[in-house]
Amino acid sequence: MQHDEVIWDIIGNKQFCSFKVKTKSQNFCRNEYNITGLCNRSSCPLANSQYATIREEKGQCFLYMKVIERAAFPARMWEKVKLSKNYEKALEQIDENLIYWPRFIRHKCKQRFTKITQYLIRMRKLVLKRQRKLVPLSRKVEQREKRKEEKALIAAQLDNAIEKELLERLKQGTYGDIYNFPIHAFDKALQQQDEDSESESEEEDEEEDEDVGKREFVAEEEVDESDLSDFEDMNKLRTSSDEEEEEEESSEEEEEMETKGSRSKGKSPANGAMVRKKRAYVEIEYEQDTEPASKSRSTS
Amino acid sequence: FFFDDLKSVTSADADKPQRSEPAAASFPPTFSVSEIKNKQRRHLMFMKLKQEKRKQKMQLRKKRKKEREALGDKAPPKEVPKTIENQRVYDETTVDPDDEEVAFDEGTDEFSAYFNGLTNPKVLITTSDRPRGRTVKFCEQLATVIPNAHVYYRRGLALKRIIPQCVARDFTYLMVINEDRKVPNGLVLCHLPEGPTAHFKVSSVRLRKEMKRRGKDPTEHSPEVILNNFSTRLGHSIGRLLAALFPQNPHFVGRQVATFHNQRDFIFFRFHRYIFKNEKKVGIQELGPRFTLKLRSLQKGTFDSKFGEYEWVLKRHEMDSCRRKFQL
Repeated sequence: MQHDEVIWDIIGNKQFCSFKVKTKSQNFCRNEYNITGLCNRSSCPLANSQYATIREEKGQCFLYMKVIERAAFPARMWEKVKLSKNYEKALEQIDENLIYWPRFIRHKCKQRFTKITQYLIRMRKLVLKRQRKLVPLSRKVEQREKRKEEKALIAAQLDNAIEKELLERLKQGTYGDIYNFPIHAFDKALQQQDEDSESESEEEDEEEDEDVGKREFVAEEEVDESDLSDFEDMNKLRTSSDEEEEEEESSEEEEEMETKGSRSKGKSPANGAMVRKKRAYVEIEYEQDTEPASKSRSTS
Repeated sequence: FFFDDLKSVTSADADKPQRSEPAAASFPPTFSVSEIKNKQRRHLMFMKLKQEKRKQKMQLRKKRKKEREALGDKAPPKEVPKTIENQRVYDETTVDPDDEEVAFDEGTDEFSAYFNGLTNPKVLITTSDRPRGRTVKFCEQLATVIPNAHVYYRRGLALKRIIPQCVARDFTYLMVINEDRKVPNGLVLCHLPEGPTAHFKVSSVRLRKEMKRRGKDPTEHSPEVILNNFSTRLGHSIGRLLAALFPQNPHFVGRQVATFHNQRDFIFFRFHRYIFKNEKKVGIQELGPRFTLKLRSLQKGTFDSKFGEYEWVLKRHEMDSCRRKFQL
């Protein structure tokens, strides 16, 4: 005969039970027929002659009942009852099969059955939603690709490539008129004027101090005649000695500025920055004037 | 005392190899440094071997240089070192700049509407489910880089349902950034009205605050686009796909440039602000995020992972076997 008390006495607290899992706060039971999953006197399938569980197989729920008369044949000990897919009907079935059984087991069976149906419903819903596909990464491949990427980055020389491309675009004129740098077509004209103005530049050197202030208003590129006239107007704004002297100086100053622009590259950015700042101020006045723009386009 | 003994031993031994090295020919033919059992001595001998090799190499170089100078003009031209780009296996789909067929194809493909100025790009940026910190920031920064871009949270919606809604609201691009372990690692770029879908692997993402010496935030001006090294037919189509993200007429006033540079099938994205110091020099300053893309697949229609028609798929065993062969 089964001595439940004796069995529980042994496996419950004193000696070893292979299904028991101990944690800090609680003991669990790993027996697959356990109804609550805890290791208790009333939940232990080994230590109770009258026991029942609900188990689920491939979406089908079954009620398992332990028939203690067959304790000698463990393979045939559990009786299986298929429960209906209808929730209420299944509950009635449980009640009908476990009639006259202890309240605890009936209650726990129904609870377990509810939980199982809930998770089955959730599984069915999840399948319909989008599912995340996990793609395994091979570490070797990833390392190889990372290395290749690093080497490619070094070979790419990105900054140089970008700078080159931008300069080419500037040369081809995609930026139109925003940046007024002397382009190659002007360089030849510049060189000619270089030869002409070499002698004159030496004379100009003495007057440089006076010219510094005035030079701010002169454009770096070739100044056209229309600009010259405006340039003279600008000069009239400032107090100056002789207008005639200024006219001569202005024409010589053009050439000087161009030579300065072509020779001293160290200085021109500084001047150019200043000129550009001033030009930003001046441009507002010139913007209505389309002639100089068209002239520069025709020559370039 | 023990160490002193060792030192004396090694110094004594150090003398021996110095004496015997000049007569290098008299070494037994099977001598190799790895056969010496004593670690210190072995190390010493190895260093000496390396020094000898280096010396010989330097001598050879000097000799060659002298010969070059001696020949002067008659010297043979300098040998060009072999690089992977030099040795690249010629791809038969490389586009010839004058190819009429390609020009015709590009005139009538899905991007012709954009390149003829009929449509303006409007980009929808979203992520995979439940994005985490870096991905969210990356999306935001991308939205500042690409003009007319909107970031929307993906709340578990299916892409197939998002796409018709986007088309209805006049979006031209759908960009989905896939995330893995809080880091963006994939990009699906879908051109909306029936356009091609490209799936990229994203790596080395640098957000704005991780960049050294960066400039201020990008302004609202449309940047210019630079596409480098897209040489084959596939590369061309990807290049057009990426270029159509940005509006056709860039604001040169903004002086911003977005670069997609293809090197060995990796597409590097950079965002810079440039300034021309004079006609020969330009300064660039990096702002904005940077990342690398590697094409994984190109699909003909909009995103459809099950029934889509794939124009190109990365097949690692075929395509990665040769180091000199590239697809883009």
